[in-house]
Amino acid sequence: MLKYIGKRILFMIPLLLGITIICFFVMHLAPGSPTDLQTQMNPKASAQMKERLQTLYELDKPIHVQYWSWLKKISHGNLGISFSSDHRPVTAKIMERLPITIMIEFLSLLIIIAIAIPLGVLSAVHQNSLFDKIAGVFVFIGFAIPTFWLALLLMIFFGIQLGWLPISGLRSLNYEYLTPWAQFVDLTKHLILPLFISSFGGLAGLSRYMRANMLEVIRQDYIMTARAKGMSERDVIYKHALRNALLPAITILGLSIPGLIGGSVIFETIFAIPGMGQLFYMVVMARDYPTVMGILLIGAILTLLGNLIADVAYALADPRIRIS
Amino acid sequence: MNFWETFYKNKLVLTGSGLVLLLLLISLLAPWLAPFDPGQIDLTNVLASPSMNHLFGTDPLGRDVLSRMIWGARISLKVGFVATGVAIIIGTILGALAGYYGGWVDSVIMRFVDIMLCFPTFFLILAVIAFLQPSIWNIMIIIGLTGWMGVTRLVRADFISLRERDFVQAARAIGAGDLRIIFLHILPNAMASILVAATLGIAGAILTESALSFLGIGVQPPTPSWGNILTAGYSYIDIAWWLSLYPGLAILITVVGYNLLGEGIRDSLDPRLKK
Repeated sequence: MLKYIGKRILFMIPLLLGITIICFFVMHLAPGSPTDLQTQMNPKASAQMKERLQTLYELDKPIHVQYWSWLKKISHGNLGISFSSDHRPVTAKIMERLPITIMIEFLSLLIIIAIAIPLGVLSAVHQNSLFDKIAGVFVFIGFAIPTFWLALLLMIFFGIQLGWLPISGLRSLNYEYLTPWAQFVDLTKHLILPLFISSFGGLAGLSRYMRANMLEVIRQDYIMTARAKGMSERDVIYKHALRNALLPAITILGLSIPGLIGGSVIFETIFAIPGMGQLFYMVVMARDYPTVMGILLIGAILTLLGNLIADVAYALADPRIRIS
Repeated sequence: MNFWETFYKNKLVLTGSGLVLLLLLISLLAPWLAPFDPGQIDLTNVLASPSMNHLFGTDPLGRDVLSRMIWGARISLKVGFVATGVAIIIGTILGALAGYYGGWVDSVIMRFVDIMLCFPTFFLILAVIAFLQPSIWNIMIIIGLTGWMGVTRLVRADFISLRERDFVQAARAIGAGDLRIIFLHILPNAMASILVAATLGIAGAILTESALSFLGIGVQPPTPSWGNILTAGYSYIDIAWWLSLYPGLAILITVVGYNLLGEGIRDSLDPRLKK
């Protein structure tokens, strides 16, 4: 098992290098320079000043030299200094926001698992029933609905018309003065809409996948054997079929992580949540290369880690994988 | 049952193709259908709620929302088709090469696919577009450039299963070159799955475009798009619900249409996949 994990981790390194090379080159080859924003807006900026800025940020060197020096810095855990006016280290900027994003992504994953799996399994077990049909419509709409629009509708309905839920940020203004219990309630209220939105997209995919899987498993010979030997239907479904249908779902969960992280830009921007997605939106607009690269790197690492965990969990659960 | 019989029998597919056709008509006839000029500013009538005159209300500049949505249908359609076209071309070529040649060509291409797949694509799109100037052409191309991986996998799988068939051997025996075999003999047999991927891809591209336009880095005002009308909806969320409701509904209906059509084509082409 350790050997398997080791191999997977080694495999991640070229993948990560590939990702950073693509990002770095795509961004730096794009026209426009981060110094444009600082110089074009400023009538006093001279050509020399622009050049000095270029030298300061090493933008005057050939791109492969820039990439190499970036890579060297990364190997020391240094993501560089932000180009924005606060000139703070990128690592600090990301780290103060990362926990918020990870917490929301993690909770969303839990919600997705808790709802999508029973939904998919029940749909498959009661195939073509009313429940299955309603679930099917729900899944179909889940695939087609723009989540940011759903967010707007929920904000209008629950936030503005009914006034039940807050629509921006993570805390109320008077958060500091609340009792711990009231603080918890406040945080929960702020989290309901963002969590709903961030898990909504994943729900449809996983439950549909679970349903298809379960239908496939139910038709297998060993299920017939279990029925033939007189096992109760309940045990057949929940002991034999469910376990086998659950296995491939682990991989799907791993694959859904890039989507979740990508989605964080949208819902964090809409709900004004101070997480990594919102930061990414801001730094992309400000052409802050080091921070953009830093977040892309962290996003890629999170994705690869998610895939690794999914693969290891799969290998632990299914001995057939380990042998091959 | 042949393709068309299955196709007509499925009510959902008919709904899907009906919706898609309707949208095509709306985009084609936009200049005649729109009750107002989509760019006509009327500062005496800003943020008017829906009425007989302005069925879907007006936006913060007093422009008619319905007219802007009708013109916006053109943008969605354009983005959907061009972006998907780019993705299909790249995906088909790479998938065909990987599946036909196998070996190191396959390894290199599929590792590249792996890299692109385990990437928060939306982050990459956002970064690239913000660094380029946001324009409709840029977003169409970027959405296409980041959306070809699924097509590559599909086409590769088809090529692997087809490349040793008798008709390919026969073509080889009469001296057909690799390119001829790939494009004239094998590819036509893989068109079915490509067509399905294209239809579903259009839906995905429209969703991505609307999200980008909503964030302000997609289609730029004053060009109307469903996404950028929603941006105004977000800014005026507490007073103008119609700016949020209708454009989103249009996106939802469009995406549902293309998804139904795509799944319907798949079911009609390959009955084995029907569940």
